[in-house]
Amino acid sequence: MRYLPHTEMDIRQMLETIGVKNIDELFSGIPDSCRLQSPLNLPSALSESEAVAVLKTLAERNAKVSEWDSFLGGGAYNHFIPAVVDHLVSRSEFYTAYTPYQPEISQGTLQAIFEFQTMICQLTGMDVANASMYDGASACAEAVLLALRTGRKRNKVLLSEALHPQYRETVATYCRYLNVELIEVGSADGVTDRQQLKGLLDEQVAAVVVGYPNYFGQIEDLQKLADAAHAAGAKLITAVSEPLALGLFKAPGDLGADVVAGEGQAFGIPLSFGGPGIGFFAVKQNDMRALPGRLVGETVDQDGKRGFVLTLATREQHIRREKATSNICSNQGMCTLMVGIFLALHGKQGLRKLAELNYSKAAYAKKQISALDGFAIAFSGEVFNEFVVVCPEPVAELQKRLEEQGILSGIALAKDYPQLENGLLICVTEQNSREQIDRLVSALAGGER
Amino acid sequence: MSRTDSRGLVLDEKLLFELTDPGRVGYSLPACDVPEVTPQKSLQRDEIADFPELSEVDVVRHYTRLSTWNYGVDSGFYPLGSCTMKYNPKVNEQAARLSGFAELHPQAPEHLCQGALELMYRLQQDLGEVSGFPAITLQPAAGAQGEFTGMLMIRAWHEAQGNKRNKVIIPDTAHGTNPASAALCGFDVVPVASDGVLSKAAVEAVMNDEVAALMVTNPNTLGLFEADIREICDLIHERGGLVYCDGANLNALMGISRPGDIGIDVMHFNLHKTFSTPHGGGGPGAGPVGVVEKLRPFMPVPIVVKEGERYRLDYDLKQSVGRVKGFSGHFGILVRAYSYILSMGGEGLKRATELAVLNANYIRARLEGSYDLPFKQRSLHEVVFSEAALENDCHTLDVAKRLIDYGFHPPTIYFPLVVKGALMIEPTESESKQNLDEFCDALLSIAEESLSKPELLKQAPIRAKVKRLDEATAARKPKLRWVKE
Ligand SMILES: Cc1ncc(COP(=O)(O)O)c(C=O)c1O
Repeated sequence: MRYLPHTEMDIRQMLETIGVKNIDELFSGIPDSCRLQSPLNLPSALSESEAVAVLKTLAERNAKVSEWDSFLGGGAYNHFIPAVVDHLVSRSEFYTAYTPYQPEISQGTLQAIFEFQTMICQLTGMDVANASMYDGASACAEAVLLALRTGRKRNKVLLSEALHPQYRETVATYCRYLNVELIEVGSADGVTDRQQLKGLLDEQVAAVVVGYPNYFGQIEDLQKLADAAHAAGAKLITAVSEPLALGLFKAPGDLGADVVAGEGQAFGIPLSFGGPGIGFFAVKQNDMRALPGRLVGETVDQDGKRGFVLTLATREQHIRREKATSNICSNQGMCTLMVGIFLALHGKQGLRKLAELNYSKAAYAKKQISALDGFAIAFSGEVFNEFVVVCPEPVAELQKRLEEQGILSGIALAKDYPQLENGLLICVTEQNSREQIDRLVSALAGGER
Repeated sequence: MSRTDSRGLVLDEKLLFELTDPGRVGYSLPACDVPEVTPQKSLQRDEIADFPELSEVDVVRHYTRLSTWNYGVDSGFYPLGSCTMKYNPKVNEQAARLSGFAELHPQAPEHLCQGALELMYRLQQDLGEVSGFPAITLQPAAGAQGEFTGMLMIRAWHEAQGNKRNKVIIPDTAHGTNPASAALCGFDVVPVASDGVLSKAAVEAVMNDEVAALMVTNPNTLGLFEADIREICDLIHERGGLVYCDGANLNALMGISRPGDIGIDVMHFNLHKTFSTPHGGGGPGAGPVGVVEKLRPFMPVPIVVKEGERYRLDYDLKQSVGRVKGFSGHFGILVRAYSYILSMGGEGLKRATELAVLNANYIRARLEGSYDLPFKQRSLHEVVFSEAALENDCHTLDVAKRLIDYGFHPPTIYFPLVVKGALMIEPTESESKQNLDEFCDALLSIAEESLSKPELLKQAPIRAKVKRLDEATAARKPKLRWVKE
C-alpha cells in the first residue's frame, strides 16, 4: 500500500526491538471478548485510477451550478472563486498542519488567522472576532449561548421568523436542555415585526436574533431593532449568511449589533453540497472574554520580534473543561485561509464592486419578474441579492418546468413558511449573466428558450 | 548528512494591512451587463477603513511566505498525540474538488444530487462496518460536535423513557471537549479517577440512578485499551445508563475491535484523524456519530436513506434531537474520507491500525530507558511519557521546543492531565522505521543534552521563525486584531 512505508525487514527489526514475536502480540491488551473475529466486510483496496473513476462517476450524477442557470441561495452562494484561492490553500504547509499549538512553527497559520480576525472586525464593524466556528448556523447558536452566559439569569431568546430556518433549528438544538425559552417573532412585509417584538421584550430576554440580510434577502432595520432590544437590556445578535452584503450595506456593528455571527462560505469557499463553510463570530470589546472558540493574539518573542499565539485559552475546554465558554476544538482553519485570501484579493474596492454587481443583478431580475403577469414581489423593502417572488402556480410545478429548461429557479418557501404557499426565494449573483436572467424571466412567464 | 541538520532561509513578511498600497487591486470582475443601481444612501456603508489593497502578486507572495513558516505533515514527522496526524493523500484533495462535488448546491433538488447522496450513504455503511454501529449520522462538523450530538441523543433517549438522569461520569483522562460537550446538554459531570485504565469498581462507586451515561475514550488518552470495557458497559446498562465512546482513537482499532460490538451505545468518529482528511491548520474536520439501534430515532436530521435505487434526505425522524449545523455536514470532508476508504479497502484499514500500533510500540521501546513511562500496560497507537526523568530543571515544554530545532513537530504536551508533564507521542502508520529512528535519536540526544547542556533546551527553539513567544503578555494585554497606529 503506497501510504504505508514499512518493508518486511523494517517490521521484523521493529518487532525485535520491541521484544514481541508478531504484530498480533501488540494487541494482547485487548481481551478476546472484545476482538473482532472476522475481517471487515469492506471491498478490497482500489488503485488510484480505479478510485478516481468511482468518485468521478458519483460526481457526474450531481448538478453543477456551472452547467445550470442556478438561482439557488438560501445560505449557500454561488460566487466566483479566483484561481489564487485554491492555489494557495493547496500549499500543504497550511492544510497538513493542525491547530497552531506550537507557535514557533505555526506562524503562517497564526498570522493568517490574525489577519482574518482583523478583516472580520473591519467588515462587521465589531471590535473582536474569533478564529472561526463550524458554520453560520452553529455560530448563531453559540451567539445565543454567549448572550445567555452574559445575560445573567435571563432565559428567553427571541428569534425572528425571518432568520434562516436552519439557524433557528440549530439554536433550538443547542438550547434543548439549557432551560431556555425560545420565542419566535413574526415578520411583517418580510422583516422582523417590530411591534410584535416590543410586545415580547421583557427583563427575561437575553437576546433578539435577526438575519441581515434575513432569509428573505431583506435588509432589516438593525438600528431600530437594536434600540428596542437594548431598551429591555437584551443583546442584538445579527446573523449574516450572505456576508458579501456587508461590502455594500452598513456594518451591523455600526447599527448597534452586540454579536455578529455568520457564514463566510460566500467568500471563496466552494458550495460543496453545503459544507465545509465557515462560521465567523464577532463581538464588542466588553464581551471579549466571553467569546467561544480560539483566538489569535499578537505578542513578541524573546528577541522582541513580533509573533502570534493562541491566547485567552482559559476560556476554553482544554483548560476549563465543563465550565468552558464552548466545547469547540477543531474549527475551520483551512476555510479561514480561503476567506482571508478572497478578501485580500478583492480588497477595499473589489468587495464593494462585487457587492454592487450582485445588487444590480438582483434588482434587474426583480424588476423583470415583477412585470410578469401573475407574479409579484412579496415584500417592499430593500434586498441585497435575494428576494421572494409569489408565483401564480404551485412552486413545485414551476420548479419542475424550469428544470426541464436547465434552470434551478430557486427555493420553495412553503415548507418553512406555510403563509408563503407559492413563495419562491430567488438568488442572483455575479455568476448569473443578463442572458441567464432573461431566460429565467421568460421561462417563468411560460415561454420556452 | 542528516535531515535534522538542515538550515533554512526564513523570509519576513508584513501584515496584509501594512503591505497595502491604496489603489492597488487584486481582483477582476465582469462588466455589469444590467443597469447599475445602488441602494438608498442611508443604508450604504462607508468604505471599509484600512481594508487591504493589494495586487494578485502581492497576495500570492504574502500567503506563500506565510506558508513557509508552517510545519505540516508534508513537512515531516508530526507526532501530535491524540490527533492522528497521518498522511493526507493527494487524490482525496482532487476528489473533493471534482466539479460535480465542489459545484453542487445544497438546495439542489434531490434527484440532481443522487451521486452526493449515494456517496454519503456508502460512507455511512462503511463507517458502520468499521465501528459495528447500525446507524450513522454524518452531520456533526468535528469531534466535539459529534460528542455534543451523541450526548444529546442520550439525553433525549432517557427523556423518552421517562428517566430524569442528569449526570455523566467522565474519567480524568478525558479530553476537555468531553466534559464541555456533556455540560452543553445540561449534564453535571462526575469525574472518576482511573489508574491508567478504568476499573469496574471505580465506576460502580459513582454509578447510581442519577447517572445518564458514562463517557469513555477507548483506547484512552494514555493509548491503553480499557480492558474492562465490556464489564463496565454491562454494569452501566444494568443500572439504566448508556455508554458514550470518544472515538478519537479509532486508529488503534480498525479491523481489530468494534466499539459497537462490545457494549458501547454511541461513538463519534474523527474523520480528520482516522480517515486521513487534512487537519487544515485547525479544521475543518468531520465528526460522524454511530449509534445502536435504539438510538436511531434520535439522530439529527436530515439523514441519508436509500429507497429502491434512489437516495433521499429524510427529515422525518419524530424523536430527532434536531439539527446541529446547516445543511448535511462537511460534505467536502466526507468525500475525502470515502476516497481514503476506497483506496485502503478493509484489509488496508486493518493494516494501517497494525502499523500505527507497531510504530508507537517501537518508539516506546527505544525511549523507555531515557524517559519516564508512568503507565506500563501494553500501548496501542500512542505512548505517553512524563517529565519525571528530566533533570536540571528541564521540563516537557523545553524538550518540545528543542525538538523543533531538530526539525520535528513536538508531540502533544501536558495532556492527558493525569500525567505530570505529559509527552504524548502518536506516530501513526505513515512513518517509516527510518523516520522513527531519526525522531528517537533526536529525543535521546535531547535527554543527553538535558544533562550536559540544559541551556540548549531552555533557549530552544533557536532555528524556528521566532524564538519562544511571550504568551503571558499576549493573554494579559490581548491584541486580537491589527489597528492603524
Ligand atoms: C480524545 C479527543 N477527543 C475529542 C477531540 C475533539 O475533536 P475535534 O477537535 O474534532 O472537535 C479530540 C481532538 O483533538 C481528542 O483528541
